[in-house]
Amino acid sequence: MDIVKTDKLVFEYIRRDEEGNPVDITTALDHVNIDVKQGEFVGILGHNGSGKSTFAKHLNAILYPTEGKVYVDDMDTMDDSKLWDVRKSAGMVFQNPDNQIIGQVVEEDVGFGPENLGVPTKEIWERVEESLRAVDMIDFRKKSPNKLSGGQKQRVSIAGVLAMHPKCIILDEPTAMLDPSGRKEVVRAIRGLNDVEKMTVILITHYMDEVVHADRIFVMDKGKVVMQGTPKEIFSDVPTLTKLRLDVPGPTRIAWELKKKGLPLPDGILTCDELIREIQKCR
Amino acid sequence: MIRDITIGQYYQTESVIHRLDPRVKLLGTLLFIIALFNYKNPVGYALGIIFLFAVIKLSHVPVKFITKGLKGIFIIMLMTVLINLFLTPGNTAITLGKLTITYEGIATAFSMMLRLMLLIMGSSIVTLTTTPNNLTDGLEKGLGFLKIFKVPVGDVAMMMSIALRFIPILLEETDRIMKAQLARGADFESGNLIKKAKSLVPVLVPLFVSAFRRAGDLAMAMEARCYRGGDGRTKMKPLIYKKRDAFGYLVLFSFAGISIFLGRWHIITEFFNSLYVNYILK
Repeated sequence: MDIVKTDKLVFEYIRRDEEGNPVDITTALDHVNIDVKQGEFVGILGHNGSGKSTFAKHLNAILYPTEGKVYVDDMDTMDDSKLWDVRKSAGMVFQNPDNQIIGQVVEEDVGFGPENLGVPTKEIWERVEESLRAVDMIDFRKKSPNKLSGGQKQRVSIAGVLAMHPKCIILDEPTAMLDPSGRKEVVRAIRGLNDVEKMTVILITHYMDEVVHADRIFVMDKGKVVMQGTPKEIFSDVPTLTKLRLDVPGPTRIAWELKKKGLPLPDGILTCDELIREIQKCR
Repeated sequence: MIRDITIGQYYQTESVIHRLDPRVKLLGTLLFIIALFNYKNPVGYALGIIFLFAVIKLSHVPVKFITKGLKGIFIIMLMTVLINLFLTPGNTAITLGKLTITYEGIATAFSMMLRLMLLIMGSSIVTLTTTPNNLTDGLEKGLGFLKIFKVPVGDVAMMMSIALRFIPILLEETDRIMKAQLARGADFESGNLIKKAKSLVPVLVPLFVSAFRRAGDLAMAMEARCYRGGDGRTKMKPLIYKKRDAFGYLVLFSFAGISIFLGRWHIITEFFNSLYVNYILK
C-alpha cells in the first residue's frame, strides 16, 4: 500500500508586488510523481534549490500543491477536514534542532505531540518512554535540550515525532547542521527505526552516503525528479550525479575511477567492504 | 557577561521546592511581593529576608546563582536609590553642595533597594525551580477562570513558555553576534551612552532577523506536530495537588499574614520611629 503518493505535483512560488499582481513565478516542483510504500526507506537527494524541501513540506500539508495531488495514507492533503490526520500520519523532522524543540526538558518535548493529539496522560508516558528508547535517548529524559549536542537534539526531535505514532517519518535534511559524529548518530538512529520498528522513512538530504542503505532513491534537480531507482542503480551513473553537483560516496567514486582505468569492477559499489571484496576478486 | 541574567532560567536539581505545585509557587510569589510592599518597619523586612533564604536553602539552588541575577537590574537599583536618597524631604543628614541627603531619604532608599532585591530574588526562585512547561501549566490552570471572559489562557500560556525557553538561546545568539561584530572591528565599550546605544544597532538587527526566522521555523514545527491552540490538549504532567502543596499553602499564608501584620503593626512601627527620633535626630 502506498503511504505517500504524489500525482503530477506542481508548486509555484509566486512573488507579488504591492497591488498583488504576480511579478515573478518560480516553479519549485515540476510534475513530481513519487510514491512510497509501507515500511520502505526512501532517500530523496538533491542539491540546494532542487525543490526537495518544498516537496517535504507538501507531505505534511504545510504547503499545498498549485497543481496535482498529494496523498498521505490515502488522504488528500488539500482536504481541510483531514488536515490533522495528515499531519499525524506524516511526522516531520526539520533541519535546525534548536528551532523544533518546544519543551525545556527532553521528555516534555517528546510528550508535546501526544498532548496535542489528546492522548490520555498514562499513554503519553508510555509513548515517551518507548520513543526515547527507540532513538537511544532514554538516559537523557530529564536533561535540558540546551545541554545536548546537535546529534542528540536531533534524536530527541525524532523521538518527538515517533511519540505521535505516525505512519511514516519525513526527515528534511536532519543532518545538515551537524558535525560528522552527530550525523553518524542520527543516520544510525534513522536506520534503526526502519530496520527494527519497520517505520516508513523518507530521508531528504544532499549527503549521498546517508542513503546508501535506502530501498529506493529519487534524485531531484530544479524541481524535477531526474533519476530514480535502487542505490546500486543510481550510484552506477557517476557522471550524471557529478553533473547534478552531488558528492558520490568515496568507495563508489574510487571504484568508478578504477574501472575507467581498466579494472574489471562491477557498477554501483557502495561500501568500503564491497570495494575491497571486488578488488580482491580481480587478482 | 550577558549570560549573567538568571531570570527565566531553570536550575536543574531535586528539592522540595522543585516538586511543589507551580500554582503554590506562583501564588507564593504574589503573596511575597504583596507582603514586601506592605512593610512599614524593619521587622517585616527581617521576616521577608529570613523567609526568602529559608526557601533558597530548601530549593538547593546556590545563593550565588540567584544573586548573580541581581547584576542585571543594577542600573535600575542605582537609579532608585539615588532618586530616593536626594529627593525625599525631611531632616537633613548630609549636605553635598546643592544636594541634601535626608535621614528619611536614607531610610526609603535602603528599603527600596531591599524591596527590589528581594523582589527579583523571590521571583527568580520560581523560574529557577519550575520548568517552563510546568510554570505555564500552573498559569493556565491558575488563571483558567479567565476563560469565561474569552481570554485564550492556553495560547497565552504556550507563548510564555516558548518565550522562556528561547531566552537562553537568544542570549547565546546575542553573545555570538557581538563576538562576530567585535571580530569585524565593532566597538561596544567606548564613547558616551548614545554612542554605545548606537553601536548596538548592528547587534540588534541580526538578532531580530534571526529571532523572526526562528519563530517561523518553530511555528511550522509546532503545526507539524499537530498543535492547534490550547483546546483539546491533554497533559503529560497534569497538575494534581498533593499533601505537600497544602502544607506549602499553609506556610505561605501564615508567612504573609504574620509578616504583614508585624510589618505594619503600629506599635512596632512607632517603636522604631521613637528609636529614630531619640537616637538619630538628637
